[in-house]
Amino acid sequence: MNASLEHDREFQTVIGLEVHVQLKTKTKLFCRCETTFGAAPNTQVCPTCLGLPGALPVMNQRAIELAIRTGLAINCSIPPITKWDRKQYFYPDLPKGYQISQFDMPICADGYLEIADPLSGDRLCRVGIIRAHLEEDAGKSMHDEAAGSGDSRIDLNRCGTPLLEIVTEPDMRSSAQAKAFLTELKLLLTHLDVSDCEMQEGSLRVDANVNLRIDVDGKWVATPIVEIKNMNSFRAVERAIDYEVNRQYLAWEETGATIDDNPKTTRGWDDQRELTFPQREKEASADYRYFPDPDLLPVRIPPEQVDQAREMLGELPAEVRTRLQTQYGIKAYDADVIVNQGPAMIAYFETAAQKSGDGKRTSSWLLQDVMRTMKERDVTIQDFAVSAQSLGDLLGRVATGALDNARARDVFARMLEQPGTVEETIAALGIKSVDSSELETLCRELLDANPQIVADIRGGKQQAIGSLVGQAKKRNPNASPQTVREILLRLVAE
Amino acid sequence: MYVSVDQTIPLDSARDLIRLQAAGQLTAVQIASASLESIQQSQASINAYTHVASESALAQAADIDRRRAAGQPLGLLAGVPVAVKDVLCTQDMPTTCASRMLQGFRPPYDATVVEKLRTADAVIVGKTNMDEFAMGASTENSAFGLTRNPWNLAYTPGGSSGGAAATVAAGSVPLSLGTDTGGSIRQPAAFCGITGMKPTYGRVSRYGLVAFASSLDQVGPMAWTVQDTALLMQAIGGYEPRDSTSLDVAHEDYVAAANAPAVKGMRIGVLRDAIEHDGLDDETRQAVNRAIEIYRDAGATIVDVSLAHSRYGVPTYYVIAPCEASSNLSRYDGAHYGYRSSSSEAAQSLMAMYCRSRDEGFGPEVKRRIMVGTYALSIGYFDAYYVKALKARRLIRQDYDAAFTDVDLLLGPVTPSPAFRLGEKVDDPIQMYLCDLYTVGANLAGIPAISIPAGQSRDELPIGIQLQAAPLHEASLLRAAAFFQTQTDYHTQRPSR
Repeated sequence: MNASLEHDREFQTVIGLEVHVQLKTKTKLFCRCETTFGAAPNTQVCPTCLGLPGALPVMNQRAIELAIRTGLAINCSIPPITKWDRKQYFYPDLPKGYQISQFDMPICADGYLEIADPLSGDRLCRVGIIRAHLEEDAGKSMHDEAAGSGDSRIDLNRCGTPLLEIVTEPDMRSSAQAKAFLTELKLLLTHLDVSDCEMQEGSLRVDANVNLRIDVDGKWVATPIVEIKNMNSFRAVERAIDYEVNRQYLAWEETGATIDDNPKTTRGWDDQRELTFPQREKEASADYRYFPDPDLLPVRIPPEQVDQAREMLGELPAEVRTRLQTQYGIKAYDADVIVNQGPAMIAYFETAAQKSGDGKRTSSWLLQDVMRTMKERDVTIQDFAVSAQSLGDLLGRVATGALDNARARDVFARMLEQPGTVEETIAALGIKSVDSSELETLCRELLDANPQIVADIRGGKQQAIGSLVGQAKKRNPNASPQTVREILLRLVAE
Repeated sequence: MYVSVDQTIPLDSARDLIRLQAAGQLTAVQIASASLESIQQSQASINAYTHVASESALAQAADIDRRRAAGQPLGLLAGVPVAVKDVLCTQDMPTTCASRMLQGFRPPYDATVVEKLRTADAVIVGKTNMDEFAMGASTENSAFGLTRNPWNLAYTPGGSSGGAAATVAAGSVPLSLGTDTGGSIRQPAAFCGITGMKPTYGRVSRYGLVAFASSLDQVGPMAWTVQDTALLMQAIGGYEPRDSTSLDVAHEDYVAAANAPAVKGMRIGVLRDAIEHDGLDDETRQAVNRAIEIYRDAGATIVDVSLAHSRYGVPTYYVIAPCEASSNLSRYDGAHYGYRSSSSEAAQSLMAMYCRSRDEGFGPEVKRRIMVGTYALSIGYFDAYYVKALKARRLIRQDYDAAFTDVDLLLGPVTPSPAFRLGEKVDDPIQMYLCDLYTVGANLAGIPAISIPAGQSRDELPIGIQLQAAPLHEASLLRAAAFFQTQTDYHTQRPSR
């Protein structure tokens, strides 16, 4: 419930999202033009995506495969047959005057994605997914406002790029949930390598459908649904929804208009002015005159193909998160961070953790030392100077006490600058590892030599141990203070 | 009006032209020159062409002669002049579809069938006139003037491949490429006294064929004889990866089939309902009946066949075709290529630009069909019209499937009458649509069909008959049609000069 202090009545926010994801195929959905971002205008085109007279579409099989992969990951059912329909409307960025899409037999249906409820943290909430279907993208129009010429320029490079349109149930109840959904979806889709999901590059686009259910003296009253467009980041989605929720409440207070009075309207998000503004009023519902595309054949999806795709999914991010916690004993927060960084980071962590035998320590180093360095140097984990094996080796030595934690940091720092194995670097720095029996001996000696301190410790003054630790370090600079302390305390207790 | 320029250059026989070139008695340049001269002499009165490609044709012919002299291998149609219906994309010539909307339009690519013609070393002499965007049965719906029937200039050559049929009948070329969506090869072939075949849907690539009705359109050959028809079919048929509706089946030897005329032992189904239909002209009926006897005498078994849903053919076609056309023609909006209105009104808004450009660019028949198709696909009417038509189509197909379990071929009329006068039906669209009565079935069912000359009316206008076969059974059609031409000489008759 969003019972805000500013609003008199209790109300519920109802959010559904339409997400368009550009699939990572080499070529377009119905022709073999490339889909690389950023080419000069109208250079990645051919008769088919230009909609020239006589041109014909030929389906890209890989797009079907990626759609199935995605559908399975979001728990959708994949039908045995799917087909292509023409969605017809006129606009200059749509050269054929129709978009090849899917109407009543989409390739994926009835799925869900579970997200961590941002409010309660650990509780999972399920966002239903009504359907996901394939369609070709339109081109881009740029309106040339310069010198009041009023011309529009059309770039058809993007025209024909494969999109997967994912439509959720209106299950989200807050802007935070919407953002969490998008974040998880992006993580999942990048993990599966089906899309880059970069809103800045247009490989992920979001429209939000928002309305409120207001409690009016025990009865729910629904405000008209507003479709919000033109949000260019997840943050913008969050802010746009927050703005719109407030606007709708105030609008309802003023006009009393409900969902029965108005058809769905469209508003654009203005990131600069931080508000939504009305866009071109759509006709009550545009008639797209859908019919099956006679230039394309229906697509049979045999169950074997679906089974095989399911097998090849591998571990999904949610599963990895859980497993890292149970397998390596790390905290949920740490597991989250690692998984959010992507498959390469997960692999790095696991290699290092297995080598070191100390998941917690590895995670801690990863989240601090490694990621801080990555940020400072603007490098990816794939290009990181210290390999997972090396880090694992290093941390393993710390875990056994053979290497002091602080010393380990020195080794790490040097390895960032000069390539070398852990062994080589330790030697180069003149660090000698101290084996545990040597430390035991040293500790016993110190205890024997300082009976007063032993008595103090036994009497309750734990801090007296500090001086013994200091002495130990003087005697052997390579001794890890933490390990020495542990050994001393253990010996005192005996 | 038959324009034969030089008796020693048989522009009515591709086979002879090939033989004579091989024998060194004719050059491709001689042939091309004769063809172009015949075109030039008849163009004013017949207007079969929207574009005559004199320069490129002669250059192509010269190149063929040079390569022949150098002993290089040559294609199947080397040196043979071929006319191409202006609905097919040609890179080096305009492709207008006889519409103001595409006046002067030059596509940046060749249709697959055009590529194949070039590979076969055919000499493309020009683009032929047609009903605009292939919508029509008389070639009166062209934005570039009508085409006249060489047998009688007051009559239509038929449509929409009227120009392609007329130029063969006028004696200018032995071969032309037409297209058939509801009868647009077979009906003009019948009106012009030549042979015309619509292949099985998917036999010939549609890549580069400007779409009218995607599930019905097919490119096909037109010539005087079955042998020449088969030769052109050989050159243009085959699987095409760029056309998703192309059939990946073994390439047939159409020429061999045409060279093995036979009907003995064949079961031929006679379309009794069609023949007894009271809309069928008497002389046409007689021609069909004569054909039945010819086949019976030759040892074919004749049975009566009824296609139960044939009366729904025209209404079904005239829902499905306009629906697909309304969608296929949406791309002509003035924005990207083709005609854009230069009126001041058009400059005021995007919608105005679309409306003015399409209103000015399209002719009335095209607009009529776009409106019908848009209506039939719209909410509230989609189920009652489009979906219903698809169901009727399935029933029509099933009628044919059932018939072909019993017979090898179906025999019947191809048009309700010989050619009609120019202007007679152009103001009555429904009357015009009813011309397609006997031809639409083959398009709806996707089966192959051929129209062959089978008589002449007392007005000396040609009469054709039609054979239809099961999908992929072109060989049966060609054998039986070729046989008919061994027993008759209608295909050798020519319009008077």
